[in-house]
Amino acid sequence: MSEEVRLMKGNEALAEAAIRCGCDGYFGYPITPQSEVMETLMKLKPWETTGMVVLQAESEVASINMVYAGAGCGKRVMTSTSSPGFSLMQEGVSYIAGADLPALVVNVMRGGPGLGTIQPSQADYFQTVKGGGHGDYKQITLAPKSVQEMADFVGLGFDLAFKYNILTVILADGLIGQMMEKVVLPPYQKRRTEEQIRKECPWASLGRTPDREPNVITSLELEPEPMERRNIALQAKYAEIEKNEVRFEEIMTSDAEYLLVAFGSAARICQKAVEVARAKGMKVGLLRPITLFPFPYGKIKELGNQVKGILSVEYNAGQMVEDIRLAIEGKVPVEHFGRTGGIVPTPGEVLDALKDKIIK
Amino acid sequence: MTTNDIMKPENLVYKKPKLLNDKTMHYCPGCSHGVVHKLIAEVIEELGLEDKAIGISPVGCAVFAYKYIDIDWQEAAHGRAPAMATAIKRLLPDRLVFTYQGDGDLAAIGTAETIHACNRGENIAVIFINNAIYGMTGGQMAPTTLEGMKTSTCPYGRDVTLNGYHLPISNLIAQLEGTRYVTRQSVHTAAAVRKAKAAIKKAFMNCMEPEKKGASFVEIVSTCNSGWKMSPADANVWMTENMFKAYPIGDLKNS
Ligand SMILES: Cc1ncc(C[n+]2csc(CCOP(=O)(O)OP(=O)(O)O)c2C)c(N)n1
Ligand code: SF4
Ligand SMILES: [Mg+2]
Repeated sequence: MSEEVRLMKGNEALAEAAIRCGCDGYFGYPITPQSEVMETLMKLKPWETTGMVVLQAESEVASINMVYAGAGCGKRVMTSTSSPGFSLMQEGVSYIAGADLPALVVNVMRGGPGLGTIQPSQADYFQTVKGGGHGDYKQITLAPKSVQEMADFVGLGFDLAFKYNILTVILADGLIGQMMEKVVLPPYQKRRTEEQIRKECPWASLGRTPDREPNVITSLELEPEPMERRNIALQAKYAEIEKNEVRFEEIMTSDAEYLLVAFGSAARICQKAVEVARAKGMKVGLLRPITLFPFPYGKIKELGNQVKGILSVEYNAGQMVEDIRLAIEGKVPVEHFGRTGGIVPTPGEVLDALKDKIIK
Repeated sequence: MTTNDIMKPENLVYKKPKLLNDKTMHYCPGCSHGVVHKLIAEVIEELGLEDKAIGISPVGCAVFAYKYIDIDWQEAAHGRAPAMATAIKRLLPDRLVFTYQGDGDLAAIGTAETIHACNRGENIAVIFINNAIYGMTGGQMAPTTLEGMKTSTCPYGRDVTLNGYHLPISNLIAQLEGTRYVTRQSVHTAAAVRKAKAAIKKAFMNCMEPEKKGASFVEIVSTCNSGWKMSPADANVWMTENMFKAYPIGDLKNS
């Protein structure tokens, strides 16, 4: 079959990709700027084709617990939301971490705090990569920069989730969800049969067969020693992920004297800023973390030996910049430039900030 | 026949269901939870649904229900069991999916999940243990606590000006188009236990019908002798004299 190229919104591409990559269930609650995800699914009626379940829940509290339960059955289940909804989901997110379950959550970020704005933002970086729910846990976090990556990261997100029995978060900003671009949709992949699930996920609670002990999905452990053992195992899993799954993109870094670091659509703006700077003879490069957890500390540390200064460009008041500083350990200046409230900076503003704060 | 003969396994008349394992239960002596566990295990066995049953245990004294009945389980966050049951039943329509919840879990923090799962007509069973108190956390007021009843957070008795009224949530649930069977039972006498078992069996059989006809909801008016600070026998008397007035036993809906 020839590849399918379409012009779509990021949210629509994500929904199409979910059906195509063998997703078993989507549970969601409407919120701008990601409502097109469920709207697209409801229009496409995948329950009549692939058998995928799609359900509008009564709240994000319910939808994340539906995801928790579906994941507990070894199913490929997901939800999508935007910032206020992601806050409501944190209880379930923590339970998913505590029970070692694979699942996918998409947060198409909007500006906060509070009800904030429906315009794009990247202010949920801390909430996503540092926790957000209670307890010591982490989740794989993928930051798409295009409509194409919105589609591609669904399959990748599920694959990583099931490789490590962990939650994957696709952390997109409102711009990526809303903008239209050309996208090559992934080919159809069959949903796994129950036999396959029983084999791949022997822990899944699908109904007990006589040959095994009961499967119980729980995060509860009243005794401190086994609970600590669980925590140690979680940390070992996160260390493994940090070793294997760091992903990033480099643009004109090989000879760069100054480095921009940005994720999501902010990286697209920085890409333009790099072009403009290069045309003026300024040696500026861009590092785009694709995984925010695991964060490319090593790569940034390495680039810190080469560049004179780093500017972190984010649609927030300065969050990822803290991780860059951790990687750089004070060797070169690291500053932040960002806009908040749903405002997206221009490439010109980025270059001005680079001159003001770093080149001086 | 000597006493020793009577005690031989082959001479035992009363047997516990195989699904109910031999672990020592953590419930207080006299607590209703243990009786209801046994009924659930018996019904699953009698219906031959050992490999089809998926239970969802609550946050509350029954959090460890999964330790005692040897089927597959998922342990919910406080109040969220009906949302979880919804997803499991939708993803695995031929399974017996049931929640087991206390009154704080079901009628306070989980009210939204309870109402909406029932209102969507999910083909699930809800087993609801109403002991009018938060047993697990040490006997605080529940939405179901009776007016005037003393708990650790209403030590002078539930005052309606402060806390409003006891919540007969099953009556509300029975109003919803999405439910097909709503009943209120108890387990304080042998006769009551038999009726409660029949109710659980009906609820579970409803769930196994292929068409989605609605949720089945079984409230068990229960005692929490520890939380109520009474002996098990006194708690049973207090329940029949007080709880049954606020929560009359019988079917609320049977269609
Ligand atoms: C989010 C959250 N809030 C509060 C608690 C504490 N908590 C545990 S059990 C419980 C009440 C349980 O009461 P009920 O549902 O009536 O069950 P019972 O113990 O009486 O059977 C509470 C408030 C919790 N575990 N999680
Ligand atoms: S505290 Fe109450 S509900 Fe909990 S086990 Fe004891 S008697 Fe039962
Ligand atoms: Mg209670």
